[in-house]
Amino acid sequence: MLDVMFHIAFLVLQALLILVPVLICVAYYTLAERKVAAYIQGRVGANRVGWRGLLQPFADALKFINKEYIKPAEANSGLFYLAPIISVTTAIAGWAVIPVAPGWVAADIHAGILYIFAVTSLGAYGIIIAGWASNSKYAMFGAMRAMAQIISYEIAMGFALVGVIMLSGSMNFSDIVNAQAGGIWHWYLWPLLPLFVVYVICGLAETNRLPFDLAEGEAEIVAGYMVEYGSIGFMLFFLSEYANMLLISAIGSLLFLGGWQSPFDHIVFLGYLTQWVPLVIWFILKTFFMAFLIIWVRWTFPRYRYDQLMMMGWKTLIPTTLVWLPLVGLYIKVAGL
Amino acid sequence: MSEINQYTVNFGPQHPSAHGVLRLILELQGETISKIDTHIGLLHRATEKLAETKPYNHSIGYMDRLDYVSMMCNEHAYVRAIEKLLNVEAPIRAQYIRVMFDEITRILNHLMWLGAHALDLGATTVFLYCFHEREKLMDCYEAVSGARMHATYYRPGGVYRDLPESMPQYEVNPWRSKKEIDALNQNRQGSLLDFINDFIDKFPSVIDDCERLLTENRIWKQRTVNIGTVNAELARELGFTGPLLRASGVDWDLRKHQPYAVYDQLDFDIPIGTKGDCYDRYLVRMEEMRQSVRIIRQCVEWLAVNKGPVIINDHKIAPPKRVEMKDDMEAMIHHFKLFTEGFHTPPGEVYASVEHPKGEFGVYIVSDGANKPYRLKIRPAGFSHLQSLEKICKGVMLADLVTILSSIDIVFGDIDR
Repeated sequence: MLDVMFHIAFLVLQALLILVPVLICVAYYTLAERKVAAYIQGRVGANRVGWRGLLQPFADALKFINKEYIKPAEANSGLFYLAPIISVTTAIAGWAVIPVAPGWVAADIHAGILYIFAVTSLGAYGIIIAGWASNSKYAMFGAMRAMAQIISYEIAMGFALVGVIMLSGSMNFSDIVNAQAGGIWHWYLWPLLPLFVVYVICGLAETNRLPFDLAEGEAEIVAGYMVEYGSIGFMLFFLSEYANMLLISAIGSLLFLGGWQSPFDHIVFLGYLTQWVPLVIWFILKTFFMAFLIIWVRWTFPRYRYDQLMMMGWKTLIPTTLVWLPLVGLYIKVAGL
Repeated sequence: MSEINQYTVNFGPQHPSAHGVLRLILELQGETISKIDTHIGLLHRATEKLAETKPYNHSIGYMDRLDYVSMMCNEHAYVRAIEKLLNVEAPIRAQYIRVMFDEITRILNHLMWLGAHALDLGATTVFLYCFHEREKLMDCYEAVSGARMHATYYRPGGVYRDLPESMPQYEVNPWRSKKEIDALNQNRQGSLLDFINDFIDKFPSVIDDCERLLTENRIWKQRTVNIGTVNAELARELGFTGPLLRASGVDWDLRKHQPYAVYDQLDFDIPIGTKGDCYDRYLVRMEEMRQSVRIIRQCVEWLAVNKGPVIINDHKIAPPKRVEMKDDMEAMIHHFKLFTEGFHTPPGEVYASVEHPKGEFGVYIVSDGANKPYRLKIRPAGFSHLQSLEKICKGVMLADLVTILSSIDIVFGDIDR
C-alpha cells in the first residue's frame, strides 16, 4: 500500500516538475511576445507592473480570474465549459515526452513522436467544440477554418517528421537527439533543411499564428472560435495557444537543432571553452530561438486568405516533403546508415 | 437531404473592420459572399441641417467633423464655397498655407488608411509605423490652430492666423529622462516651417520602410492583386473620384484639371494605376504621399521667403485685429457684428469642390441673401465609393470583403454626415 502511495506521490511530483516550469515559461512567453512586438514597432511595451513589467503576466492572470464568466444564453453549456479544458490539457500533456537534458524526461516512451502527434491533434477538438458550443456564427466560422487548417497541415507536418524518423531510426526523442551528437554539423537541420522549413511553416499553422491565424482572424471573424469566451475560458485558450507554441519550438529544437547537444562539440577551441555549460541550457536557448522566430514572423507578415492557405498546404508543402523523403531514403541507402 | 440555406451574417456595426459604424448584412455560401445589404446612417448628425440654422462662419467646425481623418480639406471646400459666393479671394500667402495643410492632411489621411488597411490584412506593425508619423503631423495642426484634430483653421477670406514662430514642446514628465525629452524636442526648436521641413526630409524613408514590409511581400500581393478590380468604365459609372478613380486608370485630379488655390503654380505628378485592384489603389496612395511631400516642400520654400497677410482686410468678412479693437470704435462694431450676426451673402447658388484625400469633396450652397445658407449640401467622396460595395464584392470571400472595404477608404463622418 505504502509502495503504491509512494509511487503516486512520485508521479505527481514529476508532473509538477514539468507543469510549473512550463506554465512559468508560458506566462513569460506572453510577456516576451508583447515586449518583442513593442520593440519591433518602436514602442516600449508593458513596463508598469513590476520591474520592467516583469509581473505583467500575473497581473493579466489575476484580471482574467476576476472577470465574470459569461456564457451566451443559447450556448451548449456542457461543451462550452469543456472546450477550453480540452485545449489546455492537450497543450500541456505534450510536454510529458519532451526530454530537456539526458534522462530529464517524465515519460521516455518509444513512440514519442506518435504521442505528440496524437496529443496535438486532439487539441483541435478544443477549438472545434468551442466554435460549435458557442452557438455563434463567427465562432462557427473560426471552428470551421481551424478544422480544415489543422487537418491539412497535420499531414505536411507528419511528412516533415518522417524524415527525422528515417534518419535517426527511432521515434524516441532522446534517441533522436543522441543521433545528432557531435557538433552543429551533425544536426538534422542540414540534411533536412526543406523539411525544417516545412516544419516551421506547419508549426505556425498548427498553432494558429500569423500569417495563418485564420481561425482567429480578428479583422474578418473578430476572434473566431473564442469570440464568446471571456474570463478564465479565454485565459485557458490563450494559455494553450502559447503552450502549444512553446511545444512546437521545443520539438523543433529536439528534432532539427540537436536538442541539448552543444553546437560547439568537436570544434577545436570553442568546444573546450563551452564545455562547462549545462546541457539543459543549450536546449532552452534553442527552444527560445524558435519561439522568438514565431513572434518575429507574427509582427512582420500580413495574413493569408483561407483558400490560399489551403492551397499552400496541399500544393506546396506536401509535394515538397514528398520529393525530399525519397531523396533522404536514397541518401540512407547510399551512405549505408 | 436537408435543404442548404444561405448563411446570413451581421457584419458590424461593432465589427473591427467595419471602419466605424458600417453595418453589412451578408449572405454567405460557405465563405463566399452572394449578397450584401449595406446599412448606413448610424453616425448621422444632421450636419447639413445644422449648418442651415447658423451663420456661415459658425459651421466651419462642423466641416472638420465630417471626414474626421482629413479635417482641413473639408474646411477648404466649405470656405471656398463661401468665398465664391462672396466673390472674394484669399491672399496669396493664405492660399499657400492652405495648400500646404491640404497636403499635410492628405498624408494624415493616407497614413491612417495605410495603417488600417495593413491591420485589416494582418500586418500590425505598419499600423504603428504610420501612427508614429501621424503624431508629428498632428503636432503641426496643434501648432497652427491649437487643436490636434478639429482645427477650424481655414476662414472665409484666408486662414485664422499666420504660421507660428515656435513649436509646442514636450514637457518634462516622470516617465522620460531629460535626455529623452531633449531628443524629442530637438527638431522643435525653430518655427513650424522648420519642423515641417525636417519632417518632409525624413518622411520618405518611412514610406520606404512601409513599402519594404508590404509592396513586394508575397502574402500582401496575394491578398491584394486582382482583388476588387474596377475597370475605368465601371469606375466612372459608379461615380468614383480620387485615388480610386486614378487606380482604375482614369487621369482625373481636381488639383490638375480644375486647379484651385495655388496648385497650378506647383510642380507635382498624378499617379495613375492600370488595373484598378486593391494593389493598384495601394500603390497610387503610396505615390500620392510622395507627391504630397514634393508639394509641401515647394510650399515651405515659398512661405519661408514671401511674407504677407493671411486673411483679407475686409472686416465685414474677417475679424479685425485685437489691437485695433482697443481704440477703434469701427473695429469694435465690426467684431461684434461678425461674431453675432455673421455676414450676409448675395443670393445665388454655388458649388465648390476640392481634391480631398478620398476623392472629390464638394459643398453646394443655396443662398437667399441671409446670413445663413438656405440649403447646404455636402458631396462626400466616400458615399459614392461605398455604394459600389455590392457591385465589387459579389462572389468574393469574406476575407476579401475586408480587404476591399478598407481599400476604398471609407470614413463614416462624411458618409452619414
